Amino acid sequence: MIRALLLLLALALPAAAQETIVSGLSQNRVSITADFDGSEILIYGAVKRDSPAPEGRMDVIVTVEGPPTPVTVRRKDRVAGIWINDAAVRVDSAPTFYAVATTGRLHDVLGATENIRHNITIDRLIRAIGISAEADGSDEFLRALVRVRRAEGSYPLLENRVQLTEGTLFRTDVALPANLTEGTYKVRMFVLRDGRVVATQERFIGVRKAGLERLIFNMSREQPLLYGLFALALAAVAGWAASAAFRFVRS
Amino acid sequence: MQLYLPIAEVSVDAFLLLGIGGIVGFLSGMFGVGGGFLITPLLFFIGVPPAVAVATGANQVVASSISGVLAQLKRKAVDFRMGFVLLVSGVVGSAIGIKVFSVMQALGQLDLFVQLSYVVFLGFIGAAMFQESLRALLRSANARAPVRRAHTHSWVHRLPLKMKFRASGLYISVIPPALIGAFVGFLAAIMGVGGGFILVPAMIYLLGMPTKVVIGTSLFQIIFVTAFTTVMHAVNSQTVDMLLALVLILGGVIGAQIGAIVGLRLKAEQLRVLLSLLVLGVALRIGVDLLIRPAELYSVAPGVLP
Repeated sequence: MIRALLLLLALALPAAAQETIVSGLSQNRVSITADFDGSEILIYGAVKRDSPAPEGRMDVIVTVEGPPTPVTVRRKDRVAGIWINDAAVRVDSAPTFYAVATTGRLHDVLGATENIRHNITIDRLIRAIGISAEADGSDEFLRALVRVRRAEGSYPLLENRVQLTEGTLFRTDVALPANLTEGTYKVRMFVLRDGRVVATQERFIGVRKAGLERLIFNMSREQPLLYGLFALALAAVAGWAASAAFRFVRS
Repeated sequence: MQLYLPIAEVSVDAFLLLGIGGIVGFLSGMFGVGGGFLITPLLFFIGVPPAVAVATGANQVVASSISGVLAQLKRKAVDFRMGFVLLVSGVVGSAIGIKVFSVMQALGQLDLFVQLSYVVFLGFIGAAMFQESLRALLRSANARAPVRRAHTHSWVHRLPLKMKFRASGLYISVIPPALIGAFVGFLAAIMGVGGGFILVPAMIYLLGMPTKVVIGTSLFQIIFVTAFTTVMHAVNSQTVDMLLALVLILGGVIGAQIGAIVGLRLKAEQLRVLLSLLVLGVALRIGVDLLIRPAELYSVAPGVLP
């Protein structure tokens, strides 16, 4: 009952405030070439209002979400004196990259209810889309997944990294790492008032391999046998060439 | 200089890759081992996914072995007949190994099985070789001691189906080399290596082949085993990264040539002591990993459980 009321209230609020987001990205395509070394995306926007700005603290959260894949999280346990992979939990869908940028401390900016509604933090997102109900004690595995990926730099948390100017304009830079996975990256923008989401918008960035990378990748998938034989030929020619070159140098 | 690898989907330093290829190639040319037991852990260490590391490592070993074999061929240090016997039996062993591999995969303990195989086989062979070669080295330093014969006649020489291996100066039954070849092929499939580190000591100690011929012959057999592995991986799992292989090969072929030259300058006993130390080192490293509590108990692997 209370939840239904809250939902109703939440639905009614944005209509009353009439705030919408107008936004842009510095680029909506990223090409991965052989010398690709990461890419920085500038995400900017403004909050459009029909009436003067309402009361309350305003915050902005920007998330960038890479294409999801299934992952297996394993835990090592000591069995007969040696550490081996013992328990494992399958996560059906975890984004390969997930960045959260905020105007303040995430904890202060975002309320728990709103997080559940919009799946903003990474653990919430995985829980909502990725985890199967069968997993018993999967909480620990989920925390480990986030911890490991955050240590790798795949799940950055960028607190205080969204600049908000005069309660209207916002901008943030999100660095996409060098080990990027191909696919569509979803950018979500949330405008919050007193921890409540009042406006959202989604944008997409297409990340694709280009040039030589594209050629090699496509060939390995479409003509695997030919690809394997070609790789062998490459090895044979290189081996022979090096041998011939050294013979020439030494004689 | 960063290089984005299309299949591995990671960006790594190209010079680091060249260096890794060079070191592995150097060892390959010097000892006649493919270096698969080194390249896979090294690639894994710099962030290449294990499946890509295994498959691409095999591709690199093909190149450095060809480069090494050509260097050995010039001084007629390849026993083709022996190589052929090892090769045919190796394919049979490999087929059995692939079966066992898939059974272990289904049980979900492939990693442990591979690690234990590394520790047991590398440790055992390394220790045996180290002890033998050190004794030989001390003996050669002490000239008054009686000289041991290159090989002695034992039950091995009483088996039927004798065959002449002219390059090795042997007249023995084909059964022992066939068994060794099959065993190496089996291990190659399970551990994702060429098997040179087993083949080299087996040929020296079990078959009594001269060390100089052993290296070329071992490389000859490794070319075919790893070539087979590369194509199998490319077709089955699409994990051969051609760009990664190219850079590793570039470093590897140069390293292999230098290794072959350095190998010529060293005495056979010294060569064996060094190889045994290397093998022992890798075994120890993997063994310690199994015993020490890891800093992060959890690991994340893309894909689902088999």
